[in-house]
Amino acid sequence: MFWYLLRRLILVIPTLVGVAIAVFFLIRVMPGDVVVVKLRADGAAVSEETIEAERKRLGLDKPLYQQFADYMVGLTRLDLGKSLWTGESVGKEIALRAPVSFQIAIMAGLIAILIAIPLGTLSALYRDSWIDHTVRVVAVSGLAIPSFWLGMLIILALLSLFNWLPKIGYVPLWEDPITNLSVTIWPAASVGYRYAAVATRMMRSSLLEVMREDYIRTAKAKGVWTRLIMRRHALRNALLPVVTVIGLEFAFLIGGLVVTEQVFNINGIGKLFVDATARGDFNLIQGLVLFIATCFILINLAVDLLYGWLDPRIRLN
Amino acid sequence: MKRTVLGMAAAATLALAMGGGLAQAQTPKKGGTLNFSVVAEPPNYDCHGSTTFALIHPIAPHYSLLVKFDGKDYPKVVPDLAESWSVAPDGMSYTFKLRRGVKFHDGSPLAAEDIKASYDRIISPPQGVVSIRKAYYSDLEVSAPDPATVIFKLKNPMAGVLEALASPYNCIYSAAKLKQNPRYPETEIMGSGPFTFVEHVKGTSWSGKRFDDYYDKGKPYLDGYKAFFVKSNGVVPGIIGGQFDAEFRGRNPQEKAQLLDKMKDNLSVFEGTWVNNLMIVFNTTRKPFDDVRVRQALSMAIDRWGGSEALSKISILKFVGGVMRPGYAMSLPEAELVKMPGYAKDINKSREAAKKLLEQAGVKDLKFKLLNRNVAEPYTPAAIYAVDQWRRVGVTVEHEQLETKLYQDRVAAGDFDVAIEFQADFMDDPTAQFSKFLTKKLSPAGYSGHTDTKIDDMYEKQRRTIDVAERTKIVREMERYSLTQAYNVPLLWWQRIIVINKKIHGWYMTPSHYLWQDLSTVWLDPQ
Amino acid sequence: MATIATTAAVDTLPKRPNALWQFIKAQPFGMAGLVIILVYVVFAFGAAWISPYNPEEIDFTAMLSQPSAVHWFGTDQYGRDVFSRIVYGSRTALAVGILSAVIGCTVGALIGAASGYFSGRIDTAIQRVVDIMLSFPIIVLAMVVVAVLGKRTAFGVDFNLIAAIALPIVPRMARVSRASTLSIVAMPFIDAARAAGFGHSRIILRHIVPNIVAPYLIMVSASMAQAILLEASLSFLGLGVTEPTPAWGLMLSGTSADFYQTAPWMILFPGVAITFAVFAFNLFGDSLRDWLDPKLKS
Repeated sequence: MFWYLLRRLILVIPTLVGVAIAVFFLIRVMPGDVVVVKLRADGAAVSEETIEAERKRLGLDKPLYQQFADYMVGLTRLDLGKSLWTGESVGKEIALRAPVSFQIAIMAGLIAILIAIPLGTLSALYRDSWIDHTVRVVAVSGLAIPSFWLGMLIILALLSLFNWLPKIGYVPLWEDPITNLSVTIWPAASVGYRYAAVATRMMRSSLLEVMREDYIRTAKAKGVWTRLIMRRHALRNALLPVVTVIGLEFAFLIGGLVVTEQVFNINGIGKLFVDATARGDFNLIQGLVLFIATCFILINLAVDLLYGWLDPRIRLN
Repeated sequence: MKRTVLGMAAAATLALAMGGGLAQAQTPKKGGTLNFSVVAEPPNYDCHGSTTFALIHPIAPHYSLLVKFDGKDYPKVVPDLAESWSVAPDGMSYTFKLRRGVKFHDGSPLAAEDIKASYDRIISPPQGVVSIRKAYYSDLEVSAPDPATVIFKLKNPMAGVLEALASPYNCIYSAAKLKQNPRYPETEIMGSGPFTFVEHVKGTSWSGKRFDDYYDKGKPYLDGYKAFFVKSNGVVPGIIGGQFDAEFRGRNPQEKAQLLDKMKDNLSVFEGTWVNNLMIVFNTTRKPFDDVRVRQALSMAIDRWGGSEALSKISILKFVGGVMRPGYAMSLPEAELVKMPGYAKDINKSREAAKKLLEQAGVKDLKFKLLNRNVAEPYTPAAIYAVDQWRRVGVTVEHEQLETKLYQDRVAAGDFDVAIEFQADFMDDPTAQFSKFLTKKLSPAGYSGHTDTKIDDMYEKQRRTIDVAERTKIVREMERYSLTQAYNVPLLWWQRIIVINKKIHGWYMTPSHYLWQDLSTVWLDPQ
Repeated sequence: MATIATTAAVDTLPKRPNALWQFIKAQPFGMAGLVIILVYVVFAFGAAWISPYNPEEIDFTAMLSQPSAVHWFGTDQYGRDVFSRIVYGSRTALAVGILSAVIGCTVGALIGAASGYFSGRIDTAIQRVVDIMLSFPIIVLAMVVVAVLGKRTAFGVDFNLIAAIALPIVPRMARVSRASTLSIVAMPFIDAARAAGFGHSRIILRHIVPNIVAPYLIMVSASMAQAILLEASLSFLGLGVTEPTPAWGLMLSGTSADFYQTAPWMILFPGVAITFAVFAFNLFGDSLRDWLDPKLKS
């Protein structure tokens, strides 16, 4: 198992290197200049030489291959460079904001699982009944409702019905769980609704498929309770695609975070990315994209492994 | 409400008086922490290289200035580190007497050499240091003959010396530390202001606490302050939720309405003019914007007086003014302003005249692109309004909104037809306000690319004219000429709306959000 | 000429005339989706006739008015009619949504098919690139592309935006089409065809392409839904369509949020428009998949 894991991890590296290279060049193609934004954005009449001096200080006047070499060398030391805007190390900027985004992502995932498994099961068991139709409609609407709009509606509801708004600012969960949850539950719900919808649909369809399989029919014929069937056979095999989907949908989750953090004023990775793109902060954008891509790849890997563990057929292979 | 500049300015002053007057009657209470929000974060800590309120609001309390603008009585310049000053009869030298016994936060004494070192850094920055406003001070030479005296000698006559020296960005740094590392202020806070630096949690907050050895005994009243970095749409929820009690840049009318709706009895509202505007810049190197008739026509098509009323309800655009802020002593009075193209009150007549001018200039069915920043307030409303107004004279405009850095690139390279620019500074002085109206030779921000040196000449002349009456004459002529040539035309001036919790006293609103932010006179009254 | 056995998948593709009628009978939900899509299409083409007002016309005397007989969906802070802006907004949504999905899926399908068919080093190289592209979250990739390319409009449509939205779709379609291609390429009749001297293009056209059509159609309809959502998100962030062009995502961005309480219709209707559009494409796509998938037919 360990060697399998190691092998998979090593295979991931060329992809990551590819991502790093792609990001570097993609971003350098971008017009615009972080130095100009920094110095001229508030309207000051700054001379060209001041801009050149600042550019030199940030190392932006070096030839492209030199910058690339510095970048790649830095990566081997896990040094993502310094933000061109604040001068702070990129790693630190990300580390500051990652916890809250992670927490929201995990909460969204939990919401998805907590909703998808019971609802998907009910929907499959009572196929074509009003329960099924209701769940299906709710699930499809989850795919259709933009998460940032859902966030706006949530805020509108909180304001109109309860005259209350979530606090600004993040406190870690262990320090003040109540405040933390009162802030993070809303963006988690906005983003998690879609997540739950996809997972519910997948739960339903994979459960239906499994229930159609022969061995389930035989078990039924023997008079075994439906519930027993659910626990022993169907549920477990149905979980496989659900797990896959939750992992794959992570891509959407990041997208949801980027816009939802704007709506709820969360100081997370999504907001950092939007700000970095607006400022043309190359190093930060590179670092963020690499970070997000790495998370994504690792999650896919985890999903694959989980899949392997859940499916005895694969495990035995 | 009458739609006159005077009427609006009067109303604004009234609101100001109502808001600011609250503080006068009571005696300041000591204690408490002021929590406020800042909607942007400073990239580094060096005042001399900064152009943003994102630095001023959290950092100004840590530093003293030589002289500063009076928050209660703008634009008067009052002492800070300087106790008093005298001007030579020929106006070519300013002598400042410094206070005694002023200390830096690390305990070292502050003396004339620190002022000299700081200003030397501003006027001729060493290698690697950015001094953004050094052009304002190019005629000055600093000397410190004794530890309590600083002398500024002028190489050429210069108007508005005191105002220039009162810049909120002229933080006084320690000469000793600058000698060790001229760039220390970028990453380290060490000043002589009313508050010492506690911490900066990146992306979240900034804290300061009272400096017990502050030279102004008895001040500051606050125990400390905390600035929260939030996005603009987080200010209202934050004030309603009580995480912080103020925001000192300015809110738009809807946000003011939301706050009043939820917390009417607990708020103080300040409203007034702002030394910020939006203007339209024509790229004179492209046809047909090289034709003054076209430029004037496009300016005349816009109903400033009518638009101001409506726009001021949904955005921070409000006051009609010329190149300088309406209400400033040297601005053109309204009676003269309405004679300028684009400022007449009868919009139908103006539009007819505009159409005729376009015909005369031989442009039919004019189509062009309007370049703009991708900032919601108030750039987007300004563009939406301008596009609509131009449609009414048969001109079709495509609006291009770009991320700030892309926008900067295009506008600096002259790659645009017409652009929406802005003017913002800490002072009304024409030397600052006209910087975008000049040729590129004189100012890197002369985006319209015109080569009319008449404005340059008048600009240089007024810079050197010390007599106020003389100077006003030149400045007014410069303004009339600028508005008639219409290389750039102001659109509307902003309204500054500040909503703070009633418990905050001792804060005064000036037309500039860069001023009076050292919080030395602020106190809290929890009731 | 020897007849080459066609694949089972081709057999399941319905013959033209009965297709639509059968679909309507078998998939009522899909039909509902199609109807909604058609409504939007009518909006898009007939915008000039359907909209009671010019969507960009400012009317300050009517600012922030409630939905009424005069303004069915109310007005925004400039007095612009929200209903007219929603109708015109469908132009952007459909143009960007449909074009990005079709372009993205077509390019992706070709890449995937080439990858699966030619295999060997070409396949590995293409798969590497696809892997890398798949490692970028969709919106991240689109944002970077938009930032890099800027804006280029023609016929009132921003082609760089379409490219940005199509790009994340390409690798996903490539994966699917590669999988379908591989299942065909493994079959013996392909070798027979090559031995008989048939050229690559003929084999691809006659055997690979028909097998990809079903998953292609399904992906296109799913991608349209995703593209509309992505366009709304990008416009919301200020990276897509800009004022004063009406676009649903744009109507939700900027300072519109400040009017939550004074004029909630400003954010309700655009969100509903987006939701129904995505909903409709999803419903239709689901039904299409149910109908075309031979396994589920039994």
